[in-house]
Amino acid sequence: MIYAILRRFGQMLFVMFGISVIVFLIFFATPGADPAARIAGRNASPEVLEAVRHNFGFDRPLYVQYAKMMEKIFVTGDLTSFVNRGWKVVPAVMDSIPVTLSLVFGAAILWVVVSIIIGIVAAATRDSWLDKLLMALGLLGISMPVYWLGEVMNLITQSRYHDSWAFSWVPPLGYKNFSDDPKGWFLTLIIPWITLAILYIGIYGRVLRAAIIESLQEDFIRTARAKGLSETRILLRHALRTSLIAFVTLFGLDFGALVGGSALLTEVVFGLHGIGKLTYDALQNLDLPMIMATVMYASMFVVIANAVVDFVYILLDPRLRTS
Amino acid sequence: MILSVRDLKVSFRTNDGLVRAIDGVSFDLEESEILGVVGESGSGKTVSLLAVMGLITDPNASIEGSIRYKGRELVGLPPRELRRLRGNEIAMIFQDPMTALTPVYTIGWQIAEQIRAHQNISKAKAMARVEELLAEVNFPNPHEAMSRYPHQLSGGMRQRAVIAMALSCNPALLVADEPTTALDVTVQAGILDLVRKLRATHKSAVVFITHDMGVVSELADRVMVMYAGRVVERGSRMELFSDPRHPYTRALLGSIPPLTGEKPRRLPAIPGSPPSLLRLPQGCAFGPRCPVHYEPCVTGRPDLGIGTHAAACFRVAQA
Repeated sequence: MIYAILRRFGQMLFVMFGISVIVFLIFFATPGADPAARIAGRNASPEVLEAVRHNFGFDRPLYVQYAKMMEKIFVTGDLTSFVNRGWKVVPAVMDSIPVTLSLVFGAAILWVVVSIIIGIVAAATRDSWLDKLLMALGLLGISMPVYWLGEVMNLITQSRYHDSWAFSWVPPLGYKNFSDDPKGWFLTLIIPWITLAILYIGIYGRVLRAAIIESLQEDFIRTARAKGLSETRILLRHALRTSLIAFVTLFGLDFGALVGGSALLTEVVFGLHGIGKLTYDALQNLDLPMIMATVMYASMFVVIANAVVDFVYILLDPRLRTS
Repeated sequence: MILSVRDLKVSFRTNDGLVRAIDGVSFDLEESEILGVVGESGSGKTVSLLAVMGLITDPNASIEGSIRYKGRELVGLPPRELRRLRGNEIAMIFQDPMTALTPVYTIGWQIAEQIRAHQNISKAKAMARVEELLAEVNFPNPHEAMSRYPHQLSGGMRQRAVIAMALSCNPALLVADEPTTALDVTVQAGILDLVRKLRATHKSAVVFITHDMGVVSELADRVMVMYAGRVVERGSRMELFSDPRHPYTRALLGSIPPLTGEKPRRLPAIPGSPPSLLRLPQGCAFGPRCPVHYEPCVTGRPDLGIGTHAAACFRVAQA
């Protein structure tokens, strides 16, 4: 067990190393483009250009450049954005992390709980009107683009009906630190959580329903019936338990991607300055150091999320424990 | 009398019309008796016993006739009542031990689950009972086996675990659906010994479904041969093996390689294949494959008749 965890950890480091090399090469070794000029930004003076060139080691071999870059991101943390005039990149990323994590964690809890309930209810009542209604609602949730849904939510809760009894509690857009104001943190995030979760509730509810119905066809379900167990117990302890594997796979991928910046649209709509927003702005300004840092951060989360999924697999499925 | 089935009919509505999987099956089972049910795939042997268990969950199925367990009618019994019998008084062993156990729980957990579904006892007591049961079905190390997952056991061991599970509540009736088919021959022999031993210790009546005449000849007290959803011959083991009357039974026995005498160049096989239940031939369903069929077989359908040894064949009635 310990060995398996260590091995998985080693793989994780290796994958992250690979990603960092590839990202580095794309931005810093593309032929015909001078990275120093891009880092320094438009209309940079020759002095700034020279400083950048020396600072990033562009006058030295490629592996030194790579090592200097990694040193700036992970060791000294003093990677500087020239486009934004001396903005320190690493603290900026560190400031955005709690925003994105708050948004994605809350939404994930919401969508996991609700979609499991929907999946179970729909599978238990399959082909009834309730099942059809839930699946139609799920499809609706999947079909609504998150930026549109977010704007509609804002329109309702911030403007049209803000003064009605239903939405007067909704605070203005923006993020409040959990440590300063836990209640404000919670209240500002409720609407973003719901908005982000709706898409995933639709997908996960449908996936789980299909997986449960498939496992209800298995031989061991017939055995469970022959044992004289109640239908509820068969559904929850036997069918649901064996259906969660597909669910967890999907969750690992989506969660990693969201934490790594895919929650961009939700962040923009609700004025949350998270990783997605940071990456988006960096791309607009072609702010290479910032892009480098956010991509490294995003890949780290995707890789970590996948490793966590692998551990959850081992908990869920004893067949994976022995090997 | 443990079980009395009268004129059982099971049909399924399909897109191609009504399929009558079981058509008028009747049989009785005495206490601690072993009844062998023989037939090809699709002859309805499994479906008829699933009907007895109340395990036909297909909403397109309809079940008619009467199934009496210890005098109590099971057809039309509410699911809750049926559930109380299932696993408790009537237990079932399935064909493929590889897929019959839930992969994510230990076998000890799964057996204890059944005990606790029917008896109000503590977890520790249930676990102690599980250990006894596993020892009874010849697990070399029952205590250790309890914490094993199904994938960690061999096929034969899994089938023993399934049998231990079936026996956990001392059922009066045990339905075994081809429990040895998926196992290799030496393991089969062990399982058959086990069934015989358990009949003696637990006094359970056993319905043993198989397509293997060899297994029937070793185990069964009485035998029922099925073809295309109907019983074509029934009788005691002695009667059936020494004096097979129905041409189908004779053909089945003829296709077993002899142990003594000259080795046949080719084993005789029954020509053709079983009819589709959607397009049963007129008259006797076995008619088109029967070596001795004649005019009446096409126009009428022979009845099984009465008596302990009976065959549904006009040739037999004539003789």
